[in-house]
Amino acid sequence: MIAEKLVSPTLGSWTAPQRVFGNAQRLLRTHAFRLAALYFLVFAVSVLGVLLFVYWTSADFVERQTEATLDAEITGLAEQYAQRGLSGLVQIVAARSAGDRGDGMLYLVTDPDGGPLAGNIAAWPAGVPARTGRLSFTTAARVRDRVETHPAQGASFIIPGNYRLLVGRDISDAAAFRNRVKTTLLWAGLVALGVGLLGGTAMSRNLLRRVEQVNRTSERVMAGNLSDRVPLDGTSDEFDQLAANLNRMLDQIERLMTAMREVTDDVAHDLKTPLSRLRVRLELALLGPADGSGQTEAIRSAIAEADRLLATFNALLSIAELESGARREESEALDLSEVARSAAELYEPVAEEKGFVLSLAAEPGVKVRGSRHLLSQALANLLDNALKYAGGGEIQIRVEHAESGAALEVTDRGQGIAEADRETVFDRFVRLERSRSTPGNGLGLSLVRAVMRRHRGTVELADNRPGLRVRLQFPELVT
Amino acid sequence: MKLLVVEDDRETAVYLAKGLSESGYTVDRASDGREGLFLATGGSYDAIVLDRMLPSMDGLAMLGALRAAGISTPALILSALGSVDDRVKGLRAGGDDYLVKPFAFSELLARLEALLRRGAVTAATTKLRVGDLELDLLTRTVRRRDKPIEVLPREFRLLEYLMRNAGHVVTRTMLLEHVWDYHFDPQTNVIDVHVSRLRQKIDKSFDSPLLHTVRGAGYCIRAPEPSAPR
Repeated sequence: MIAEKLVSPTLGSWTAPQRVFGNAQRLLRTHAFRLAALYFLVFAVSVLGVLLFVYWTSADFVERQTEATLDAEITGLAEQYAQRGLSGLVQIVAARSAGDRGDGMLYLVTDPDGGPLAGNIAAWPAGVPARTGRLSFTTAARVRDRVETHPAQGASFIIPGNYRLLVGRDISDAAAFRNRVKTTLLWAGLVALGVGLLGGTAMSRNLLRRVEQVNRTSERVMAGNLSDRVPLDGTSDEFDQLAANLNRMLDQIERLMTAMREVTDDVAHDLKTPLSRLRVRLELALLGPADGSGQTEAIRSAIAEADRLLATFNALLSIAELESGARREESEALDLSEVARSAAELYEPVAEEKGFVLSLAAEPGVKVRGSRHLLSQALANLLDNALKYAGGGEIQIRVEHAESGAALEVTDRGQGIAEADRETVFDRFVRLERSRSTPGNGLGLSLVRAVMRRHRGTVELADNRPGLRVRLQFPELVT
Repeated sequence: MKLLVVEDDRETAVYLAKGLSESGYTVDRASDGREGLFLATGGSYDAIVLDRMLPSMDGLAMLGALRAAGISTPALILSALGSVDDRVKGLRAGGDDYLVKPFAFSELLARLEALLRRGAVTAATTKLRVGDLELDLLTRTVRRRDKPIEVLPREFRLLEYLMRNAGHVVTRTMLLEHVWDYHFDPQTNVIDVHVSRLRQKIDKSFDSPLLHTVRGAGYCIRAPEPSAPR
């Protein structure tokens, strides 16, 4: 099934074996496969290590137990011999050999020629030299009605007078136990490795599947389907987070693309009208009387139209430069009241002439970091708007300390802007219905917002009851 | 008066040369920075009109080389780059004025004239006179026919700038730049109202007006014809 998923369109026409081979090759190259292989290798080595350790400790334990029993038995017999001599030894061996005690202990006392005196072994085992020391030998044991050869371990002693003593233990049970452990561990190991292999495969497949999802989505997005998104599986693991981040990025790209398309459309539309007007005026000038009268006026108005067009272009460029961060303006700590005072002084006469009262209420020492040029331009735009749309009454510029930084407000006593329109008026070329008759390009507030964003501030429109209240909010000055 | 126009766009260069010739200047043209530098170092020009972006040698680099060679011919930079930062860079490189493209020809002409006059007004001048209007830079007072006229500080600077350019057209943009230090044009006719207020003060109670509006260009302060020295 992995192979199926990995088939690329170009491989589709291959015959089945080639395809499987090609897919296997491709699988080998994937990061997921390498990860799974590494995982499996580490898993196998550690399982092997654990099993070897278990085997070694259990075998060692059985061996130690045999040794300890033998040692205890030898010590006992040595004591008997020390107290009661050879006859005592023969007696105790005979006593211990009598009957099957089921502990697998083997005893034999012989005369110097190897003739048995007492014990549960028929004769001195063949091939075992007569000396004092540890030894391994085999013994014939009767199991039910069969005679089997069992391995045994023990020690032999030469007792003064060349008598011999053999103490041993049948270790066939221990060997059987060891074999059982070996078999068990082998099976356990096989099962563990099988599980590891399956787990690794499953892991790599899962990994591969989710990476493939991301790959396929990005391919579709690149192919032009901007609204496609990477599916989430709701586990909120790293892959889900990655997918969510990618989706957010795609959201933003889509938003930007849409906005850009809208702006381009707006620009095309809003520049077409004045351009056609310009063309008509020039055409009319050409059609005018041959004596040239009236042409001067037509050309003059054509130039004015071209100037308006250029102003619109410049405003658009400024906004775009500000928004993209391409425009560099010197940023300095400046007194906002000073900026406001300068603008108020520039606008006061024209306001008075148009029947307004322009007033300035500035708290002292309100500082912000920014560009005097850009802030003056933003403020000038707001004052231009107030003069254009408010009709009359008081226009107030207020500069004050705000809870987190500084604020500059321009308020008027006009009709204000309906709450529903307060967001859209910031968009490029947006002009409200009642302002259609006044000259303007619908870019003033767009520029104000771009300037404020550049200053990490905000611009808000509110009701001045009656009138419009524009509030520019600046962040705290960091010195 | 001899001018050098360094501009790589042929159409703009021809248009500039034609306009300037018709305004009474002798014009030489160069189409790139190297040629411009060669002509500027050799010929004796009264002013240079320089495009900022030029092939083979950037306008600012050319200006830098020119200033380094000790040639201080006044230069007016034309540029499509309009931010204050770009302007500052242009002026630091040795430019004497900076005009953002696109511009009105009347604007260029007015600025060029102001540039050519700059050397004429000596720094030692403490009084400016136009006809019977007198402006004292030391006492910061204005008198006409020995009658004192009350002006606001900003009006004083406005009048000073107009009088320093007496007899020549001063555009609204020039006034915004030099009197208010604003490098953009507001949509409202703010300058016109300031000028008309100033006119009220200096011309209203006198029979011969000094401050004139030049249609489609700007303002001009000049002495009335009979008493004019020329």
